[in-house]
Amino acid sequence: MGGALLAIRDLFVEFKVYEGKLKVLNGVFLSVREGQRVGLVGEAGCGKTTTMKCVLRILPSPPGRITKGEILFRGEDILRMPPRKVQRIRGRGISMIFQDPTAALNPVFTIGDQLMTVIRYGSHDSLTRREVRQRAIKALAEVQLPDPERIMASYPIQLSGGMRQRVCIAMALATEPELLIADEPTTNLDVTIQDQVLRLLNELVVRRKTSVIFITHSLGVVREMADWVYVMYAGNIIEGGPKGDLFREPLHPYTRGLMRAVPKLTGGGIAEGIPGRIPDYLDPPPGCRFHPRCEHAMPRCSQKNPPFRPVREGHEVACFLYQE
Amino acid sequence: MEPILEIKDLKKYFVTSRGTVRAVDEISFELLRGETLGLVGESGSGKSTTAYTVIGIYAPTSGKILFRGQDISVPVSKRPKTLKRAIQIVFQDPGTSLNPRRTIGQILELPLKVHRIGDRNDRRRRVVELLRMVELPEDYIYKAPHMLGGGERQMVAIARALATEPELVILDEPTSALDVSIQAKIINMLLDFQREMNLSYLFITHDLSLMRNVAHRVAIMYLGKICELAPAVEFFENPYHPYTKMLLSSIPVVSEEEEKMKPEKIISQGEIPSPVNPPPGCRFHTRCTERNGICSQELPGMVRVREGHLVWCHLFGKKEEG
Ligand SMILES: Nc1ncnc2c1ncn2[C@@H]1O[C@H](COP(=O)(O)OP(=O)(O)OP(=O)(O)O)[C@@H](O)[C@H]1O
Ligand SMILES: Nc1ncnc2c1ncn2[C@@H]1O[C@H](COP(=O)(O)OP(=O)(O)OP(=O)(O)O)[C@@H](O)[C@H]1O
Ligand code: SF4
Ligand SMILES: [Mg+2]
Ligand SMILES: [Mg+2]
Repeated sequence: MGGALLAIRDLFVEFKVYEGKLKVLNGVFLSVREGQRVGLVGEAGCGKTTTMKCVLRILPSPPGRITKGEILFRGEDILRMPPRKVQRIRGRGISMIFQDPTAALNPVFTIGDQLMTVIRYGSHDSLTRREVRQRAIKALAEVQLPDPERIMASYPIQLSGGMRQRVCIAMALATEPELLIADEPTTNLDVTIQDQVLRLLNELVVRRKTSVIFITHSLGVVREMADWVYVMYAGNIIEGGPKGDLFREPLHPYTRGLMRAVPKLTGGGIAEGIPGRIPDYLDPPPGCRFHPRCEHAMPRCSQKNPPFRPVREGHEVACFLYQE
Repeated sequence: MEPILEIKDLKKYFVTSRGTVRAVDEISFELLRGETLGLVGESGSGKSTTAYTVIGIYAPTSGKILFRGQDISVPVSKRPKTLKRAIQIVFQDPGTSLNPRRTIGQILELPLKVHRIGDRNDRRRRVVELLRMVELPEDYIYKAPHMLGGGERQMVAIARALATEPELVILDEPTSALDVSIQAKIINMLLDFQREMNLSYLFITHDLSLMRNVAHRVAIMYLGKICELAPAVEFFENPYHPYTKMLLSSIPVVSEEEEKMKPEKIISQGEIPSPVNPPPGCRFHTRCTERNGICSQELPGMVRVREGHLVWCHLFGKKEEG
């Protein structure tokens, strides 16, 4: 069994805004083993992207500030590394596909220029111009883009959404990272195109044994893309475990509510959703942040944030229902 | 049951500098009273354009739109006011569809004023009643849209659509911008209103799993054309059109039971072509795994494969017997 490639422990992040402090991340725990495909699922604003920005040390600061925690990459704390070392980890160690492919690609440069820049700076062997170009073309061919030569000379707006997302995948994989973070890579794509991109991404990471953190708000997508799933709610990882177990028997009341609320292809109507709304980070509820919406809330739920603990083989949950 | 809305050979083209966009290209369907007809399809297939043409934001390029048998394919300015009252729409984005400079009270009162419904006191009572219907507290009258959550804003948009007691409501992706945990409540509320007020819904979404749970019948669009139209259960359990099968087999689901519902895996391939120069013949032939010679030559006609189940594809119908 591989050791942890990445381990996020007890991570806290705040954002200072005009109205006060947004207490967003509230003690996040998450780990990725070598070759593992981890899914991180949660609804809008729960802190998925913020967590990953900390991993890459690109959290804008100000307004953001990490107030506590550690992020171990191969046992070394990224948060306490000298900037030059972090720079080396980005690209060859960890690379990321960003949520919005239009924002990730610069509109005034050709795809070729952008991809070759990534390869030149991200790869550790010194390459000639020709070699860089060849690698770029190979990277585009690998994401099954037809006519890579033409794509190299194209500008982002000349490509469809699905093609742009393939380019982003090619860029993120061109440096052969150990860990790939894919932040909602298919959220704005149509389902048939999403299906193509997901299948491709899966094939590439499985073949190269790249470890992945796959971020999405869709339980269906995470079920197709991950072996291990973490569920996030309002700045906390509230449940995590092997995919099969987690989908068969979700434990946390939030995860269960979410599973129920997803419309099913088998029909039978839409179950009741989860009452209330996501808390205000300026003044989050004390204790378990889910307690105001939870049908099982007990007195201690509003007093202390439940620790994230294993309940059975690797299946962990942050909920007092499962703790003495 | 009588149809409340009949669409006949509707076309809506947009002339742009890049060429003519054939957004809606001769579609026909009807919507019965009290029914939900689901309109599904990928982005750019022409769903919103169909909706906007029905509501009168666009005049049709050609074809007919009949509401209660009356021809309404005239510019919106020429439509009788009572008609405008009877057809309402809820848009996708709850953030931009509500005027940020008005209070919720003013937003809900506006349609009543426009249609000269009641005096000030009546209107005030009606606004409170509308808020109660969508389960929002009365003091929301004084709030501005930005103070509400996305789900609550969409509730206000729904209340506004219901203010004039319409008969037909067009729902254009009413929950696509919302989290699933919030979506459930809104959908259930919409279904309750339909039962109580015998509303007819033209329900647009790209979420097929959602459609399975709300629609009585489903029509699927691709590049401005309808490919298949069937009662919801039929549509999901016995799809005919290759595009329907490709879509259904591409949906990510959360359980094994749903996995079993999906047609045998049809590998999705190809890009969605542009509606400016749509492919000749069957619009889908460039991506179809079952195409044959005729598909790129001739537009497939409508085939009734079963009672109420219509398919536009060369694989079915007369060609099959020959
Ligand atoms: N630069 C920033 N300044 C202020 N607040 C921020 C900033 N970035 C993030 N936040 C806040 O942190 C919270 C979490 O944001 P984040 O982008 O991590 O969520 P997410 O889970 O990725 O959501 P989504 O699914 O919408 O992408 C949000 O409520 C947001 O308001
Ligand atoms: N006012 C307009 N002028 C020019 N082209 C338009 C206009 N409105 C829509 N179109 C084009 O018509 C086609 C159909 O658009 P429409 O908005 O109806 O699609 P849709 O099915 O609602 O898609 P989505 O799921 O993205 O909302 C698209 O190619 C679109 O770019
Ligand atoms: S008409 Fe031909 S191309 Fe079109 S869906 Fe049917 S088989 Fe495929
Ligand atoms: Mg995000
Ligand atoms: Mg639309």
